[in-house]
Amino acid sequence: MPLALGTAALVLLALVWELARPRLIDARARYRLRRSSTVRSAEAIDFDPGRERRAEQRARSLLRSCIDDHDWAMYRDLGFLRVRGGLAGRADVTEPRIPAAAGGGHDGSQAGAAERGVLATAGPDAGRLERPAAYAYLIYPHRPIVAYLPQTGALLSEYCVAFPERSGPRGSARLPDSDDVLAKWMALTADERRLIAEANMHLPGRQIDPDMVRRDLLRLSRWERERRGYRATEIDRVA
Amino acid sequence: MKLLRLKPGHGEILLAEGDVEMPEQERELIEAFRRELDAGMWAAVPTETSDGRRQAELVKTFAEVPRDAERVIFFPRAAGGAQRTAF
Repeated sequence: MPLALGTAALVLLALVWELARPRLIDARARYRLRRSSTVRSAEAIDFDPGRERRAEQRARSLLRSCIDDHDWAMYRDLGFLRVRGGLAGRADVTEPRIPAAAGGGHDGSQAGAAERGVLATAGPDAGRLERPAAYAYLIYPHRPIVAYLPQTGALLSEYCVAFPERSGPRGSARLPDSDDVLAKWMALTADERRLIAEANMHLPGRQIDPDMVRRDLLRLSRWERERRGYRATEIDRVA
Repeated sequence: MKLLRLKPGHGEILLAEGDVEMPEQERELIEAFRRELDAGMWAAVPTETSDGRRQAELVKTFAEVPRDAERVIFFPRAAGGAQRTAF
């Protein structure tokens, strides 16, 4: 009797082991994978918020020293840059005239004429409204470049492009935000065709919410109108 | 002239600095310039157009860098970004 019970117990144990073994092996593999990935990511990323912040401050200074004052103010206030497209012939950028719904107040040709009058004497940005651009780009940090039509605000495409650093074994693999914007700005203004050729092109909405871009275009339009108004006031005050 | 490089986690770093009119310093600038291009970097020179608008020029050799340029900025070459859908 004890021999039979012992044999049955052994058989039962063997069966349970056979049933449980695949799950135990899976669990062990998952544990090892989780542990190794945690260790590797901690080593690879080596994220230091203070260092990243200092890097971003330096990057902002460099960006500011490279781009126009108007563009710098745009990036500082709105968080993105607009660059005119050059492949369809050189032309200056103008935003679509957003009616009163966008918070404006300009109407008709009188306002337009007044605006042009202000712009004629309003410093380095003067004349930007005189000729329409065929198309333009919005540059966001670490997000795709968005092409759009300034006259209508219609979105054309997204160009997903990155500047991956492959030489450093440790630390952050991506540039500070403002350096990413500067790299895109330099590449676009220097060799637009080459940058666009390197990028992955998608229809609008692939990675950036089109509604967000349209809101940004409205913000840009309003921001430029306010700047013009401020300049006009300053000119009046000086005169 | 300063050779700067955009670097993750650092902002820009100074690679080399010198006067292109001094042969010794120019040689050092050229060597540093070649090292960066050999490492796959793009080189850009911030410039200003005749109407005062700022832009950049990509250069592939040191000879293309304007003699009066103050800075050459190196940055990793562009590559197609993520294919993911993310919003």
